[in-house]
Amino acid sequence: MLSIKNLHASIDGKEILKGINLEIKAGEVHAIMGPNGSGKSTLAAVLAGRSEFEVAEGKVTYDGIDLLELSPENRAREGVFLAFQYPIEIPGVSNVNFLKTAINEIRAYKGLEPMAAKDFLVMLKEKQKLVELDAKLTSRSVNEGFSGGEKKRNEIFQMAMLDPKLAILDETDSGLDIDALRIVANGVNKLKSKDNATIIITHYQRLLDYIVPDFVHILYNGKIVKSGHKELALELEEKGYDFIKEEIKA
Amino acid sequence: METAIKTSKVKDQLISEFETSKLFLFGNTQLRDKAMESFNIQGIPNYKHEEYKYTRIDAMLKGEFNFSANKNCSDEQIEQLKFLKDAYTVIIENGIFVESLSNSHNLPKGLTICSLLDAVKSDSPVFEKHYAQYADVNADPFIALNTAMTKDGVFIHVAKNTVIEKPIHIIHVSTASQNTIINPRNLIVVDENAQAKIIESFETIDSTAKIFCNALTEIVIDERAIMDHYKIQDENTRLKDGQDLGYLMNTTQVIQKTQSVFSTHTFTLSGTLVRNNLTIVMDGEHIESNLNGLYLTAGNQVVDNHTLVDHRKPNCNSNELYKGIIDGKSTATFNGKIFVRKDAQKTNAFQSNKNILLSEAGTINTKPQLEIYADDVKCSHGASTGKLDEDKIFYLRARGLSPESAKKLLMHAFASEVVNTVKIAPLQEYIEGKIFKVFELKS
Repeated sequence: MLSIKNLHASIDGKEILKGINLEIKAGEVHAIMGPNGSGKSTLAAVLAGRSEFEVAEGKVTYDGIDLLELSPENRAREGVFLAFQYPIEIPGVSNVNFLKTAINEIRAYKGLEPMAAKDFLVMLKEKQKLVELDAKLTSRSVNEGFSGGEKKRNEIFQMAMLDPKLAILDETDSGLDIDALRIVANGVNKLKSKDNATIIITHYQRLLDYIVPDFVHILYNGKIVKSGHKELALELEEKGYDFIKEEIKA
Repeated sequence: METAIKTSKVKDQLISEFETSKLFLFGNTQLRDKAMESFNIQGIPNYKHEEYKYTRIDAMLKGEFNFSANKNCSDEQIEQLKFLKDAYTVIIENGIFVESLSNSHNLPKGLTICSLLDAVKSDSPVFEKHYAQYADVNADPFIALNTAMTKDGVFIHVAKNTVIEKPIHIIHVSTASQNTIINPRNLIVVDENAQAKIIESFETIDSTAKIFCNALTEIVIDERAIMDHYKIQDENTRLKDGQDLGYLMNTTQVIQKTQSVFSTHTFTLSGTLVRNNLTIVMDGEHIESNLNGLYLTAGNQVVDNHTLVDHRKPNCNSNELYKGIIDGKSTATFNGKIFVRKDAQKTNAFQSNKNILLSEAGTINTKPQLEIYADDVKCSHGASTGKLDEDKIFYLRARGLSPESAKKLLMHAFASEVVNTVKIAPLQEYIEGKIFKVFELKS
């Protein structure tokens, strides 16, 4: 589904990603772990299409198309979803209006009619339940005055509404207490299918207790330095990131 | 005669017009003479005038002008401007009250709507008591000009203890085939414990020449009275050739008495040059005043809001929120003065002006001015100007929205804080529709 080859990306002339290679197939869950500053969030931002990052080299193919050629909105319309590490507050724009606009623009892109108001409401209620989001929050402005946990849950709620093929969760676990973490993980697990794939970007392995990855990659200094299965995450947690640094030196 | 004024300055044209026509103007000639004298001294303000340096009215007042209608609207054209279906309507065409198209008969008990001319003719004691008592001719040249030269307008009186539930919609419509200056004037008196909702809309239609509308409305709100006031300034949207012809100088002078509540809302949606001078004198205790404004500018438009809130007595609250979206080469100015006089202890006065600048060539001038002479008060003011937030646009795009709809959604969100203060549902819908069209063009 997603093939990243030798991806180099920089911001303000500083190279952050220094040749990433990654292959993801439908139905798989990949975890990307790494210390602060290793390039995890940059990778997510480049895949979502943030224009501040310059891609100097490399290729990203998604479902046979050149992902980097697409505008951010067309990536979303093709089924790429980024759950933001820091979701943006948008006062004055209601969650409901925002999602309705998003869904209908995605449908228009696919040549479909706008969704009937009744169907939209049915879906809204169903997906709210999935992430145990308070109905009051959906009628409020996007993320405005939400707690950290509510913002993260709102990201997963949006993901549920948009039903992406490739979901990228950028540190969705950070700042979540264990109860909120379980709710978020449960939501993600329920959305998993043989046709979609998930990339989980995280600093700690705790989320991986709840969303079991098929592959774990360790990102260090802009490169994937080690790949393995879920045991790698446990080893990393036990030994700390220093063990990677040692291994690279050796 | 024609050739004589061709080369003269507009100020001289105005003075000579006053001299020839003053015998035919209604009302108190002494008052008019005094006002003209004051206008003569003050003159038309130019860039040296501190209060008008960003709004060059003198620059547009060039050439030859007429002082009465040279063209009329058809009844169908006027009918189209009645956007509120359930309202008492007042039509003021080129500054003259049109009785045949206005609701001035069969009104509910306690409500009077008539032309200024009829108010004078009928010797209304309320009119006598309040007319031209609040807008000071020496404070501003356009108050002086209007007081000297007005020909007509509407007088609205809501008697003591009367609640008028249906809104009263005053439609100022102007049309001209030759450059014209008009001076409509309104007096609104809401007596003790009475309530009213009044909308003033300003439209220029089907014109082929400049119209300078120097409108003045005096509003008196007596003890415990409640009034909602709306101004919808939509000056030239109906011009087919896109020419810039509607110029509006709009003075609103309000006096409030004890425990009254006044909320005013100014929506400036188009117009080549729009200047609003809004003054609220809080002459009593426990008064509440709300001032809201939204201006959407583009092209070469100039929109200037000058407000003055005068806290004269203790225990009053004022709340002011003006927001603007500036595009093209347009210029928007906000100048908000708040006076808290020595006696006005326990005053709460809040002011905020927020702007979004969409273009490199647009200009916003914002100047909050607080003058506080009492020591036990809560006052705050703030002003901000910024672009549409790129992070918000990206967040919306990352969910599949086009940049255009992302921008539209954000502009709408920005404006909604002001639009949501409109309490008349059909009016709110109308404004929503209007600004949506403006945003369509911008994004």
